[in-house]
Amino acid sequence: MREITIEVNGKSHTRKVDPRLLLVHFLRDELDLTGTNVGCETSLCGACTVLIDGKAVKSCTQFAVQIDGSSVQTIEGLASNGELHPLQQAFWEEHGLQCGYCTPGMILAAADLLKNNPQPTEEEIRKGLKGNICRCTGYHNIVRAVQSAARSLQRGSEGGR
Amino acid sequence: MARVFGTSIRRREDPALITGRGKFTDDFKLPNMAYAAILRSPHAHARIRKIDIDGASRLPGVVGVYTGRDVQESGVPGVVPVGWLLPNLKTPDHPIIATDTVRYVGDAVAVVVAEDRYVARDAVDLISVDYEPLPSVTDPARAVQEGAAQVHSEAPKNIAFDWTIGDESKTAEAFNNAPRHVRVQLRNNRLIPHAIEPRSALADFNPARKDLTLWMTSQNPHIHRLLMSLASLGLPEQKIRVIAPEVGGGFGSKIHHYPDEAITSWCSMQLGRPVKWTATRSEANLSDAHGRDHVTEAELALDDNGRILGLRVQTYANLGAYLSTFGPAVPTYLYGTLLSGEYDIPAIFCRVVGVFTNTTPVDAYRGAGRPEATFVVERLVDVAAHELGIDPAEIRRRNFVPPDAFPFQTQVALQYDSGNYEGALNKALEMADYQALRQEQEERRANGGKLLGIGLSTYIEACGLAPSAVVGSLGAQAGQWESGEVRVHPTGSVTVYTGSSPHGQGHETTFAQIVADRLGIDPDQVEVIHGDTDKVPFGWGTYGSRSAAVGGSALAVSSDKIIEKGKRIAAHLLEASVEDIVFEDGKFFVRGVPDKSHGIAEIALQAHLAHNLPEGMEPGLRATTFYDPPNFTFPFGTHLAVVEVDPETGEVTLLRYLAVDDVGNVINPMIVEGQLHGGIAQGIGQALWENAIYDENGQLITGELLDYAVPKAHMVISYELDRTVTPCPHNPLGVKGTGEAGTIAASAAVANAVIDALKPFGIKHLDMPLTPERIWKSIHKNGR
Repeated sequence: MREITIEVNGKSHTRKVDPRLLLVHFLRDELDLTGTNVGCETSLCGACTVLIDGKAVKSCTQFAVQIDGSSVQTIEGLASNGELHPLQQAFWEEHGLQCGYCTPGMILAAADLLKNNPQPTEEEIRKGLKGNICRCTGYHNIVRAVQSAARSLQRGSEGGR
Repeated sequence: MARVFGTSIRRREDPALITGRGKFTDDFKLPNMAYAAILRSPHAHARIRKIDIDGASRLPGVVGVYTGRDVQESGVPGVVPVGWLLPNLKTPDHPIIATDTVRYVGDAVAVVVAEDRYVARDAVDLISVDYEPLPSVTDPARAVQEGAAQVHSEAPKNIAFDWTIGDESKTAEAFNNAPRHVRVQLRNNRLIPHAIEPRSALADFNPARKDLTLWMTSQNPHIHRLLMSLASLGLPEQKIRVIAPEVGGGFGSKIHHYPDEAITSWCSMQLGRPVKWTATRSEANLSDAHGRDHVTEAELALDDNGRILGLRVQTYANLGAYLSTFGPAVPTYLYGTLLSGEYDIPAIFCRVVGVFTNTTPVDAYRGAGRPEATFVVERLVDVAAHELGIDPAEIRRRNFVPPDAFPFQTQVALQYDSGNYEGALNKALEMADYQALRQEQEERRANGGKLLGIGLSTYIEACGLAPSAVVGSLGAQAGQWESGEVRVHPTGSVTVYTGSSPHGQGHETTFAQIVADRLGIDPDQVEVIHGDTDKVPFGWGTYGSRSAAVGGSALAVSSDKIIEKGKRIAAHLLEASVEDIVFEDGKFFVRGVPDKSHGIAEIALQAHLAHNLPEGMEPGLRATTFYDPPNFTFPFGTHLAVVEVDPETGEVTLLRYLAVDDVGNVINPMIVEGQLHGGIAQGIGQALWENAIYDENGQLITGELLDYAVPKAHMVISYELDRTVTPCPHNPLGVKGTGEAGTIAASAAVANAVIDALKPFGIKHLDMPLTPERIWKSIHKNGR
């Protein structure tokens, strides 16, 4: 067992863990943050995507011990002060989800995408999300949601200037 | 008050799902919970000589290791049953854990329960099984040949059933007399559903109360409770509670009763503590029922003008190693009955041989039989257009059932209730600017370079499953009505209970719209409860695009019963006769006197207080309906795909995808469009990329997302949708169902488009998936 300290959604957690414990199981089983889902355990579907130090990473193929000292953001930590993140709001308004299983990972992957490219084209959105599989929506409304979130983030940052 | 039926209100399901607060089965944890892992056969077919569990049992943290013998000796029925019988159907036993013989890669051989999910998997690797490999067969057309490996001794030549529909001699005569025949041999590729949430079960057996609570990934909790009780566990039905919490997609794969959830429950019964099992992706791909897998020969008889005179189809349908729950129904009554398509075909004959093979069982996957039928018909019509030199749109037009011919009796049992097929076709052609596309296609062909292909799919589906007596007469061991209960509380707010069980379709939103619209109240006053056998009346669940048409209709009828009782109470309070009471916008009043009215809340309060009710009336305000539809519903439409094919590489680029669907009245347009988008993507996936392939040893070689290509965002495009509206004439909402339409139509539209692009090479047909390799080889096979 190894002692690790990981900051998750702004709160520091110190735990003794088995070195083979996957980050996604650390989040789900140790911290009861079940919003991060497992779809394939092989980094291929993206359901388990979280932000590690701000970057979208698939938590099913990271050991928790690898993340020692890092900061993780999960879907549970995306809304702030009871306000939905613009991506959450947009996924809701544009019907960017159906069963909702891929949604936390999809939203966090989109957050990373918009951070690096605040005004992506449709093609850039589609390519940017190719690590995340959705079997319900055919991606049509996911693209709309990301476009809509990009617009409102843009408005937000202009307003803040 | 504006009507909420027909408006795109946002989904009430979403706030939990977008914040990580949705609870899926694997999210639940119970005190003292253990984890199960299942050992699966690595052989397609083998005798089990010996299983050594000692190493696994000794591993610290392991609390139990069990084999098929242990299940047998426990005295439970221990099998997985089939839910649809056909004449002379062979129904070999399907034990939840194999005892003597394994019959496909993935067949359960043993189960480990441990304190920790990692230890459970470690222990699985410590079980040693001595197998005697046996010959295997995976292809349905080969499995019926002399000398093929035998999957079950009780099914000679691996034939599970030999089924026909239509009139053989009349069809033969049509072919004898017809001047033109066209023919295709095709394979409808095997698909793996890939709901992104893998199947999961959390079983909690209480040994003192002898009852079982089972959270599981289910599209139909009552069916699962029934089959668990009758066939797998032997527990009385009232002692089992099945709960489907949030369910992460299904597409059919979570309808069926599988061994794994029964094994998990059985383990909990042995240990008297909660046990959880969750499939890994590779386990899901080996054990979730697959879809399609037909080998078909089909021919069309036509006159010189392209008028269809007859259709003859012979299909070998792969059923896999065992009969899955509705396995026998999918390639028969959900396939053969759809072969008339949108066309008036005077003679049809279809024979389907259902075949056992050493592969994962095959069952309903989105569309279930209807995409396979659509593919046969729409491919044949395109080949006929090609061979007779008629435009593909025109040949369809010449054969459509005309709008004034309804109800229309097909030659394959169904009676279509309504339709306007040319209306949808014309709308799609107009949206696409079909003539301009054809012109561009000609120009490109003349100039060389990338080829343009235009593909049509004018489809029909029979859904809204289904009139119970009809399906019963065809072999269903199930009813197909649906339950819907409306309870009006003393404050006038409402809780609705539905036997329909959503997994992404948004029932909580749309069913609230139905009831709120009916009762003239705000949808926010309506709560929708589903997915729990202890809470909702018996229901048959969600599949076959039945939720709105059958489950929604049950709620509409229950709402009407509430209004009827409300009218009687209002009449009593207003001292008027019931016939004079009008109900409008949530208010009861005497006709012509709307300012003296009682709202539904006042009536509900009176009904509960029961201080002053009409004589003989029972208190309370609730109504339950078990709605059994008088017919199937028949959505239809035209899908049109435009593709570009690079003849140098065989690469296909999807340029446009248009769909004009007629799903009847629409409760929530946003949700309907979402259903169509997703269905279309799955159909495109089958046409271009998805393929479950077994090698000659029966190994599934596309068992991971690395080699099984599920569409990703950059592989598909934005879809252009429109609708026509022909309300369903026989249910109270006029709705038809929309869950499967996209998938039913899309594979044929895309395949037709790609093959249309390849016309200059004389290519008449190619099997799906239309990969660059397959296309390139077909272009270059003549040394070009």
